[in-house]
Amino acid sequence: MNTRIFVPRDTAAIAVGADDVASAITAQAQALGLDVQIVRNGSRGLLWLETLVEIDTPAGRIAYGPVQADDVPGLFEAGWLDGSPHPLRHGPTDEIPYLKNQERLTFARVGIIDPLSLADYQAHGGYAGLRNALAMAPEAIVGEVVDSGLRGRGGAAFPTGIKWKTVLATPALQKYVVCNADEGDSGTFSDRLLMEGDPYTLIEGMTIAGIAVGANYGYVYVRSEYPYAVDVLARAIEQARRTGWLGSDIQGSGRAFDMEVRTAAGAYICGEETSLLESLEGKRGLVRAKPPLPAIQGLFGQPTVINNVISLASVPIILDKGAAYYRDYGMGRSRGTLPFQLAGNLKRGGLVEKAFGLTLRQLLFDFGGGSASGRPLRAVQVGGPLGAYLPESQWDVPLDYEAYMGISAMLGHGGLVAFDDTVDMAGMAQYAMEFCAVESCGKCTPCRVGAVRGVEVIQKIRRDDQREHQVHLLRDLCDTMFSGSLCALGGMTPYPVLSALNHFPQDFGLPATQPASDEATA
Amino acid sequence: MHTPSDSTEFDPDDEFIQRAAQQAVDRHRSQKGNLLPILHDVQHALGCIPSSAVATLASALQLSRAEIHGVISFYAHFRSERPCPILLEVCRAEACQAMGGDALADHARRRLGCDFHQSAANGSATLEPVYCLGLCAQSPAVMVNGKPYARMSADKLDLVLAAEGC
Repeated sequence: MNTRIFVPRDTAAIAVGADDVASAITAQAQALGLDVQIVRNGSRGLLWLETLVEIDTPAGRIAYGPVQADDVPGLFEAGWLDGSPHPLRHGPTDEIPYLKNQERLTFARVGIIDPLSLADYQAHGGYAGLRNALAMAPEAIVGEVVDSGLRGRGGAAFPTGIKWKTVLATPALQKYVVCNADEGDSGTFSDRLLMEGDPYTLIEGMTIAGIAVGANYGYVYVRSEYPYAVDVLARAIEQARRTGWLGSDIQGSGRAFDMEVRTAAGAYICGEETSLLESLEGKRGLVRAKPPLPAIQGLFGQPTVINNVISLASVPIILDKGAAYYRDYGMGRSRGTLPFQLAGNLKRGGLVEKAFGLTLRQLLFDFGGGSASGRPLRAVQVGGPLGAYLPESQWDVPLDYEAYMGISAMLGHGGLVAFDDTVDMAGMAQYAMEFCAVESCGKCTPCRVGAVRGVEVIQKIRRDDQREHQVHLLRDLCDTMFSGSLCALGGMTPYPVLSALNHFPQDFGLPATQPASDEATA
Repeated sequence: MHTPSDSTEFDPDDEFIQRAAQQAVDRHRSQKGNLLPILHDVQHALGCIPSSAVATLASALQLSRAEIHGVISFYAHFRSERPCPILLEVCRAEACQAMGGDALADHARRRLGCDFHQSAANGSATLEPVYCLGLCAQSPAVMVNGKPYARMSADKLDLVLAAEGC
């Protein structure tokens, strides 16, 4: 009998030896004369278990992990093809609490299907959203996205449907759809998991965006640090084109949309939308002043929808199941789900897609299992290098865009990086300024010069060189960067810096008094 | 007299460089805003983007050499000089710092005897920082010649480098 064995080809699995595991399985099966078929799927997002191998048994998919190539002979010996017990066995994959307790809408197929199989994709609900959209008027598609409450998942949380509405209403001979896959924030990897594990979802989302706003061409701008994602997307686009899901007449509908992948070149700032557009035009990634908005004058001066990977990949399910289905998840003005990424010093790091409204504490402990080091957790940076550091007193605030804004923090792209009690928060504040200095595009002075001065001032604070005076200067500098920078890089670097200063003053050699007023941040 | 701009001097590599640059231009001729794809192709073919290629690209694309140089120097990924046979990129971002990334970076420096943006004295490896490889749940992470490695330790890094012949 031919047994299907799933061995992820996601970068996260390859980075811990998945290719060797796949080879070992092939070799061992051959030696034993067993008929197995290896499917290279995406990652389920249970990253502490990678390489997570699944055996397709009559009782469903059974998980074994983390599997190393050395474990393979023993697993065969234990009878894993029948789902037999073994120290690495976790039972049916879908029953693992980490996965079972999620609400996977955008990531419904990731890790389950063969990423490049269009048949697999459609058997699991793929292209149902686009089929619906092809029968709808553009205004109705945009209306559905507006009604879903979907907001930009890249970090800015601007309502996606409103952006589309502006592009639709702007007359032009040529419009574009641009996908921002320049996922540069530390602690984030959801874009990568999706692109490598279910690339057609992104292609479908971009196609829907195209026919909704009247754009017939799209670009996915993927960071160069993600070579496998670039490769998977390029192959998926090629297959979609060959089967009539992209091109001048999509499935005989008369609607046209095509797209290509563009590889970035290692500039963090190109995750900022206007800088990304400059880069796509073949220039230095200098931030543009807004207005004009990209929706009116974007790529090559044309009206452009520019959205994050997760925003676009959430569109197919909205068009498939309806705006209300998606909107029913979440709280307040944060509707739907967010794929949270649990990273840093956690026992069980990975991807957790949940409706807005749960708390950081739930993510850190119920899912993450606490620190990997076994020491107490002390600070969590939420939302990437421009996000605030949250002390334990803030871990019960619901994960919701507005609630986070209320504590001078931001959800951003949903990444969280946990630190144990060995962290030096003054060091992290200095790093935030250093990062801004390295990655600044140089166009505006508050960011270009402010970040360099910020590093110097924090160094002086740390070595007690006129400490009180320098703290005053640092707050003043942060105020200038916050109010005077052209984009979020300079404008939000104060978040990690001031949150570290306010919540962990003892690390700066200051008395551990009441944290300073949060109004100092905003 | 030799000057860097002395174009009459024979360089056996030059023809190869010109051909790589021209092929990259031809391959992406129909794409709008094609400078980044072209530079990626040139670097892929030659290991870097040499200044003699810049001149060819400039005339083919009707841009100034300064404009192309400006783009190359803006992006961390593009290099004007060829790296050593082993390119070690160590992630320096927050998630890796939370899991001992600084200690791993120090080990890499000691092991290669050079700092970031430099090469080992024996010319075996080049050390570069990278700000996030998207392996943040399995920190610390590095990339060696484009291949990712997660959950690294000093010992594991030594094994990976040794396997590459370093």
